[in-house]
Amino acid sequence: MSTANAAILPPRSGPSGAASDAFWRHPTLLLFLLLTPPLLWLGIVYLGSLLALLAQSFFSIDHFTGRIDYSFTLDTYRELFTTPANIDIIVRTVLMAASVTIASAIIAFPIAYYAARYARGKWKALFYLGVMLPLWSSYLVKIYAWKLILAQEGILNWIFHKLHLYWLMDAYLSLPVIGGHSLSISYTGTFLVFVYIWLPYMILPLQASLERVPDNLLEASSDLGAKPSETFWNVIFPLALPGAIAGSIFTFSLTLGDYIVPGVIGSSRYFIGQVVYAQQGTAGNIPLAAAFTIVPMVIMGFYLWMAKRMGAFDAL
Amino acid sequence: MTSAVSFINVSRHYGEIRAVDGLDLEIREGEFFALLGPSGSGKTTSLRLIAGFERPTTGHIEIFGERAEGIPPYRRNVNTVFQDYALFPHLSVIDNVAYGLKMKGVSKNERRATAEEMLELVKLPGYGDRSPAKLSGGQRQRVALARALVNKPKVLLLDEPLGALDLKLREQMQEELKDLQKRLGITFVFVTHDQGEALSMADRIAVFDSGRIRQVGTPEDIYRKPRSRFVADFVGSSNVLPPEFTERVAGERCWSSLRPEAVRLVKSGGHEATLVSSSYLGSQYRCVFDVGGREINALIPAGAKLPAEGDEVRISWNKSDLHLMEDEA
Repeated sequence: MSTANAAILPPRSGPSGAASDAFWRHPTLLLFLLLTPPLLWLGIVYLGSLLALLAQSFFSIDHFTGRIDYSFTLDTYRELFTTPANIDIIVRTVLMAASVTIASAIIAFPIAYYAARYARGKWKALFYLGVMLPLWSSYLVKIYAWKLILAQEGILNWIFHKLHLYWLMDAYLSLPVIGGHSLSISYTGTFLVFVYIWLPYMILPLQASLERVPDNLLEASSDLGAKPSETFWNVIFPLALPGAIAGSIFTFSLTLGDYIVPGVIGSSRYFIGQVVYAQQGTAGNIPLAAAFTIVPMVIMGFYLWMAKRMGAFDAL
Repeated sequence: MTSAVSFINVSRHYGEIRAVDGLDLEIREGEFFALLGPSGSGKTTSLRLIAGFERPTTGHIEIFGERAEGIPPYRRNVNTVFQDYALFPHLSVIDNVAYGLKMKGVSKNERRATAEEMLELVKLPGYGDRSPAKLSGGQRQRVALARALVNKPKVLLLDEPLGALDLKLREQMQEELKDLQKRLGITFVFVTHDQGEALSMADRIAVFDSGRIRQVGTPEDIYRKPRSRFVADFVGSSNVLPPEFTERVAGERCWSSLRPEAVRLVKSGGHEATLVSSSYLGSQYRCVFDVGGREINALIPAGAKLPAEGDEVRISWNKSDLHLMEDEA
């Protein structure tokens, strides 16, 4: 009998044939084989190093010898939370991360809204290109480019001079806290650069969430008597919130941990990332660096918990 | 009688495409009006023009005698039941229903009470706290209806509201909608591509084709006296007969239509025919006869003995059942 009209075909030859049959009979086997390597990576390398970090924060350093004392103690945390300078650093970093997140959300929303609801065809491609393009160039190059823009002799000041508006810049720079000698050495500068480099991480999830809002929900809202502003607050905003939260997790946590931007552009006051960098490097105080690293993680954990409680993930 | 909605020479063009083309239509207050037509015929666009989601390229729309030009949807006392219901996924059933009242600034307790009444009206009492995602298609349909009725609109627009339901539920909802419309006395404008639905529910029907209205009339008018071949073809499964055939059987040279149930088997007289095929439908047989090279569909009551396929028979119909049509198209 020829195989062409047999009801059951003979097994395929070779090991791949046998493997195919085995996988078909036990679908979980394939899943197991595919997931084991990444799970090992996540479980051992990633979670393991996180736990090692957590453990380090419960050790302490002997300030005379510079040696690490490997016995459990809360001294490092006590040092962290009783030194006023450390508290300042935490508050400064959290305030910066919060302002960067809010500003990113406000700037990203119209862009994401346009891309999700109006852009079609090549305009959509242009949108993706425009949002992603900055992500393809080096982070350091972008930061130094901003330094050139914001510096005392930079492009921005030159423009203000040419427009005879330098008095405006002067007035702004003379403001307490957010001002400074020039934008490149002020909190405003740090803030502007943070917003610039993290903006794509806010735009993309916002756009994805707005794209999932069907047009007829907006029509239904309008049909039921809602003015555009009411439709925004009652329909668009709650449905876009998961996207905004997802985006804010990026902008907030990336700002919390960054140590390069405030080092290049800003008043020379420390942010958490810079302290971690300094403590584990030149100061050799790994326990304090570890304790400082735990702070943003705890803050993020609390933030996610609040977001969940507020129902930000309900519409997912 | 006041007209609830008037279209005065309304067109809606999208570039080259004429979605609605020179529409004149009066929908009377308190009637159940169906816009019937194949997809792409302009019926949904017409509905959206009434709601205010679309603006006419030319012409005017009046709602209860008032010009609707430049009036946004949220200022029209007209509500819509959307084809796929468009329930707000982030709101509970009761908040969906109460949405219109919230926009009007009604207090929380009052709108909850009114919304609960509406849910009772659509036979979903006590469903308020559920999420729309947890409801079946038929239940969502009812929520959408309650939500659209809560503001007591002057006109209720329904865009193929029963399209997504299965047959049994659809028939039940047809009855309920009709009943609801009678009780509330609100003008209902109903878009459908299902001629059976339009015939059974509507007081009057407008048949749409390529952006234009082919005929407006009561279901009986539309069914018995289609004015054109398109209407005869689209509404019901009438036999549409060309002028040569009509001349042969009725002596007049024009297009005509003959409903399948009007055809009967006779012993003598009538016309010579061959039974081409037949199928059993329970109460009737659906038969196809060949009359001088022309196929005629017929519904023959079951019970009488049916000739075999290929047999020579004679068929006839009442002269008045052969409807002569005025229009060519």
